[in-house]
Amino acid sequence: MPTPAQNLLKSLDYSVLQQCMHCGMCLPVCPTYSETKEERHGPRGRIALMRAIADGELETTRAFGEEMYYCLGCLACTSACPAGVNYAELFETARAEVERTHVLDSAQRNFWRWSVVRVLFTRPRLLRLAGRGLWLWRVTGLQALTRTLRLTYLLPRRLRELEPQAPRIGAKFSHQLIKPVEQPAQQTPVRRVAVLTGCVQDLAFPEINRATVDVLLANGCEVHTPPVQPCCGSLHAHNGDVESARALARRMLDLINPADYDAIISNAGGCGSHLRHYDHLLHDDPHYAARAVEWSRKLRDVSEYLVEIDFRKPVCSPSPQTVTYHESCHLCHGQKVSAQPRAVLRAIPGVELHECAEAAWCCGSAGIYNITQPATAGRLQNRKMGNLRRTGAGVIATANPGCHLQIQNGLRAENDTITEVEHPVVLLARAYAAEYELLPKKQ
Amino acid sequence: MSTTFESSFIALLGAENVLTAREDIIPYGFDGTAALKRYPRAVVFPRDARQIAAILKLAREQTPPVPVVTRGSGTGLSGGSVPVDNALVVCLAKMNRILELDTANLTLLAEAGAVTQEIYDTADRAGLFYPPDPGSMRVSTIGGNVAENAGGLRGLKYGVTRNYVMGVEVVLADGSVCWLGNKCVKDVAGYNLRDLFIGSEGTLGIITKVLLKLLPKPAARQTLLATYAQMDAAAATVSDIIASKIIPCTLEFLDRKTIRCVEDFAHAGLPLDAEAVLLIESDGHPAAVADEAARIEEIARKHGATRVKRARDSAEAVQLATARRSAFSALARLKPTTILEDATVPRSELAHMVRFVEGVAARHKLEIATFGHFGDGNLHPTILTDERNREEMHRVEAAMQEIFDEALRVGGTITGEHGVGFAKKKFLPGQLGDASYALLKTIKRAIDPDGLLNPGKIFD
Ligand SMILES: Cc1cc2nc3c(=O)[nH]c(=O)nc-3n(C[C@H](O)[C@H](O)[C@H](O)COP(=O)(O)OP(=O)(O)OC[C@H]3O[C@@H](n4cnc5c(N)ncnc54)[C@H](O)[C@@H]3O)c2cc1C
Ligand code: SF4
Ligand code: SF4
Repeated sequence: MPTPAQNLLKSLDYSVLQQCMHCGMCLPVCPTYSETKEERHGPRGRIALMRAIADGELETTRAFGEEMYYCLGCLACTSACPAGVNYAELFETARAEVERTHVLDSAQRNFWRWSVVRVLFTRPRLLRLAGRGLWLWRVTGLQALTRTLRLTYLLPRRLRELEPQAPRIGAKFSHQLIKPVEQPAQQTPVRRVAVLTGCVQDLAFPEINRATVDVLLANGCEVHTPPVQPCCGSLHAHNGDVESARALARRMLDLINPADYDAIISNAGGCGSHLRHYDHLLHDDPHYAARAVEWSRKLRDVSEYLVEIDFRKPVCSPSPQTVTYHESCHLCHGQKVSAQPRAVLRAIPGVELHECAEAAWCCGSAGIYNITQPATAGRLQNRKMGNLRRTGAGVIATANPGCHLQIQNGLRAENDTITEVEHPVVLLARAYAAEYELLPKKQ
Repeated sequence: MSTTFESSFIALLGAENVLTAREDIIPYGFDGTAALKRYPRAVVFPRDARQIAAILKLAREQTPPVPVVTRGSGTGLSGGSVPVDNALVVCLAKMNRILELDTANLTLLAEAGAVTQEIYDTADRAGLFYPPDPGSMRVSTIGGNVAENAGGLRGLKYGVTRNYVMGVEVVLADGSVCWLGNKCVKDVAGYNLRDLFIGSEGTLGIITKVLLKLLPKPAARQTLLATYAQMDAAAATVSDIIASKIIPCTLEFLDRKTIRCVEDFAHAGLPLDAEAVLLIESDGHPAAVADEAARIEEIARKHGATRVKRARDSAEAVQLATARRSAFSALARLKPTTILEDATVPRSELAHMVRFVEGVAARHKLEIATFGHFGDGNLHPTILTDERNREEMHRVEAAMQEIFDEALRVGGTITGEHGVGFAKKKFLPGQLGDASYALLKTIKRAIDPDGLLNPGKIFD
């Protein structure tokens, strides 16, 4: 990729920076400011640093780079900001500037970035292969064996710390569970939608993709799910690699033409938040701009779409359950979808929804934050687990694979094998399935 | 900062409480005030009065002595915590504990860096009530509130911060630590020194602890939203409510521009077609609240309110109050620079003052939105502009001068609650007159003879 010659913060439209009137209303919701009480670690201070660079008062230094990666990118500040500051754009531009200037370079970091951001998450087949490797590693007992023999001590320290956090890979991937086109069983379709299967979702939680398709089918949608989908590019955009993000967006638009569908459905908060902004990402691309606008207009989170089409409320449920809802940052702050997943949960008979304190406070997963900032991520995880525990709920619902894994790992650390973590649509799909079981079998 | 100076602070406070790197101090170059920016040489975070005394001693020993600027959360709107050049910023954000809730005497003792909302919540959980609620209460510190004598949405009935401060612990420029006040309801021993520090904007001492008075929590609340097609009708409603001897707890006003910006952010169901709205809250005994709300509604309708809506429940009431609290920041949606004024007039002059501001906007071709604590006569005409447009900024200056002159002419003040700081110091002599202005300086010289604390604020 060619390295842009210009300072990206300087070439950013200055009014985006100027929009912050430094009132501080965002400070109480910022998890990193809450950790240290230092302005630099809060949104207002970070924006001030970006502005200082744009104004030529500060170089793009290593300390600046570290600050941009200490920020979770959780976007809680954007929900709190009355002035409408576009922190997402500032943040992505700042990280891209950090990468452009290589202020954080080190051999180890470069290797990680190259292998994860550039190689794995741009090649869906390779990613599945890697996932298959991880799955074999677990089911063949090799994982247990290395752990028992403490062979993990042979791994580099970072990897060793991460090893227990690695996702449990599913036995099957989405395309083995979902046909490219599926029709509703009971009726002629009234809508046609495309379902995005995601990367981590596809690897770790293919059953969530299956459930997404099921609830859409149950609501009269003809569902198209292309078997091999590119990564949406959110990982790249959030980690300062805008060019890869643009390339991936183009590939996605080549694969799925929004004109063919009533809606494009995402079920992962983090992906959706990025997918929604393809219009902005490709606004200056002569070939793709128009298509991207249509894409963004039709992109919906699955819960949002269900509420929009006034989904059918299930009439029976597998069993009564207490559920609490953890909000994925990029679903509630990034996409402003907060009421809809709760509406889905409340519609399920037998579900008792217990609200969790600080439901919209980041769990520490934040993309690859638990890899880059393990200490802070750990404290955020503990805080989240405490709040979830106090609800007494037996099921924790959440709608983003990063959060899902982070909470699962939290439970595992507490040796909790009872509490379940589920995507709201999985619970809905089960309720629909329970109805089906009761139905008199006609044919 | 010289290395010895820096290392003495590190020895005193620990490295994690001393910031000197450029990336660390740039974010302390401003507060909530538009177009003010100056960088300090260092920022330090003390834990208690003893450390602050030692900090002041170190600052004084330098040649030349290093000016000290106290900072809470930096939400001030007159530049009070914006550093003077080369200053040492003493930030109290880490001194944020609530030390005692005394339910027998209805008092609360907190460190000065405690956030206002936490004080409110702590009292609330015990069935008690801390009324002062500045728009910034989720962020601002109690020390900052005391230093600015902050008002809020409940000022009309409950007064301002001053009315709740029973005592303060303060460190003077010479390092001595004074405790001023106590838990007694009455106390006339000596001068009322405590009150001297309320509204002193960090120029007389550093407040380290605050003892606050609490009230029993009102049993009932009712929020009303009255919509108007004319601004005058809203102003007339306010005058009539007060003339009818009703003192609601809140009487807030938003004009058309403010309504639109706030609704854009808060989605609280504000009427976008209205010229003005009044947000009114009555609280107290349930029967009294019901009666008061009914009378307020009648008065509002008499003066031509097109709609009077009652909040369904406390959630909706909170949503409306939160929306109002976001007014100032929400106005920043329209233009790059938002300059907020704080002119306050006797309530009988409100309608006149609102019209006057409209006239100023038209004459100087400026965009001005107005909202404010109408019940207190406290207007926030907010000039929406761009600090990079030099020519327009001249017109802004002229407009501000006219607004202040008119406020003073009708017996008002240049600032009702945001303080003088940097932003308004050149207008202060006009309000005070020679003798009172000189008295201010005499007091400052007596308490801080070397001008160590927040120099250049309020006056030169
Ligand atoms: C969105 C918004 C809404 C607001 N609404 C209101 C409102 O409704 N009513 C109102 O009155 N104000 C309001 N303000 C202004 C501001 O929030 C108040 O002035 C508040 O009291 C400042 O508190 P702070 O902790 O941020 O203090 P800072 O801004 O940090 O400091 C303010 C001044 O107090 C001094 N100071 C701070 N702490 C101490 C201390 N411990 N000892 C001595 N001096 C100290 C500083 O030197 C400075 O001069 C609003 C501000 C914003 C941004
Ligand atoms: S980001 Fe928004 S809320 Fe935060 S200081 Fe800036 S304007 Fe205020
Ligand atoms: S994105 Fe999250 S961590 Fe970063 S500044 Fe905003 S609130 Fe703080």
